[in-house]
Amino acid sequence: MQHGRPRVPCGAHTEAESSAAVAQREAVPFQRLRTTKQRRHGSVYQLLTDLKEQRKESGKNKPSAGQQNLNSITYETLKYISKTPCRNQSPEIVQEFLTAMKSHKLTKAEKLQLLNHRPMTAVEIQLMVEESEERLTEEQIEALLHTVTSILPAGPEGEQSKSASSDAVMEEDPA
Amino acid sequence: MFVLVEMVDTVRIPPWQFERKLNDSIAEELNKKLANKVVYNVGLCICLFDITKLEDAYVFPGDGASHTKVHFRYVVFHPFLDEILIGKIKGCSPEGVHVSLGFFDDILIPPESLQQPAKFDETEQVWVWEYETEEGAHDLYMDTGEEIRFRVVDESFVDTSPTGPSSAEAASSSEELPKKEAPYTLVGSISEPGLGLLSWWTSN
Repeated sequence: MQHGRPRVPCGAHTEAESSAAVAQREAVPFQRLRTTKQRRHGSVYQLLTDLKEQRKESGKNKPSAGQQNLNSITYETLKYISKTPCRNQSPEIVQEFLTAMKSHKLTKAEKLQLLNHRPMTAVEIQLMVEESEERLTEEQIEALLHTVTSILPAGPEGEQSKSASSDAVMEEDPA
Repeated sequence: MFVLVEMVDTVRIPPWQFERKLNDSIAEELNKKLANKVVYNVGLCICLFDITKLEDAYVFPGDGASHTKVHFRYVVFHPFLDEILIGKIKGCSPEGVHVSLGFFDDILIPPESLQQPAKFDETEQVWVWEYETEEGAHDLYMDTGEEIRFRVVDESFVDTSPTGPSSAEAASSSEELPKKEAPYTLVGSISEPGLGLLSWWTSN
């Protein structure tokens, strides 16, 4: 492969540089056994934070040549997940949530999405739960929303007021 | 949106790395090979999760390096169909709305999957949802940088591995030359209530 892949070391990212790195991504042929379970964002977040710490420690004394790919992808992925409500989820919270969800008879994919998005409106529940009109009554949706918001910690938006984050402020809404 | 994928690979560790722990060297090699790459029909590789099994390492004649067959699990970005994701609008074009997740850019929402009725504003190069109310139509603009919630409706993998020189597929390879195709693209849809810009659905 001839493509010189401009890579940016972690920490020295600008928006433009990293998107160039993403755009030039290429495929690698690979042998795979099988796909296992879906990961929650939260667990990937945990993993990546650990990895970052680990690399910080080890990275000081040896050069991390050829690891720019890893640096850019972990940096970008961490940035993405840290904006979702999953960053504050711990295994205990997830356990508690799943126990509370048992009575709602949802599929694994649905529960996963509830965890990942922490819906706060009924319309979001309708998106994530298939055929929610037939399967859930309005009261059940309300109960579900209540469980979700009471067990799962709020995302970064909740703390937004104190930290002047650069997120675009929501304006206009329909009707 | 992330999955664990079990994989097997033979990893070559050069002799000057023998002083290090084998697991560390292998982890580094695997991340060097896979991180930020798309594996055909698997997804976008993020980072190594763990090593599940190491087979015996071999040193072959004429090469001082050790070759170890490794069973490992890798974290891979591969949203399932119908999954709901949140991204940022990267830009609009007549082909539709381009969405980015930051670490993954190749997401397109084609015009027919937008909230209807939709039109493309040629002067501003932006898609508009002509939302109808009793008081008439509201134009809801889909500006670059806005956060958008969408459903994954389709995915496609393109085999971008290099072909041999002047192979039988010369015709197809010449097509590929002018523009490098994305190895993994997602097709999104926002044609349901609750989908689209987050600001459309937050009640104040």
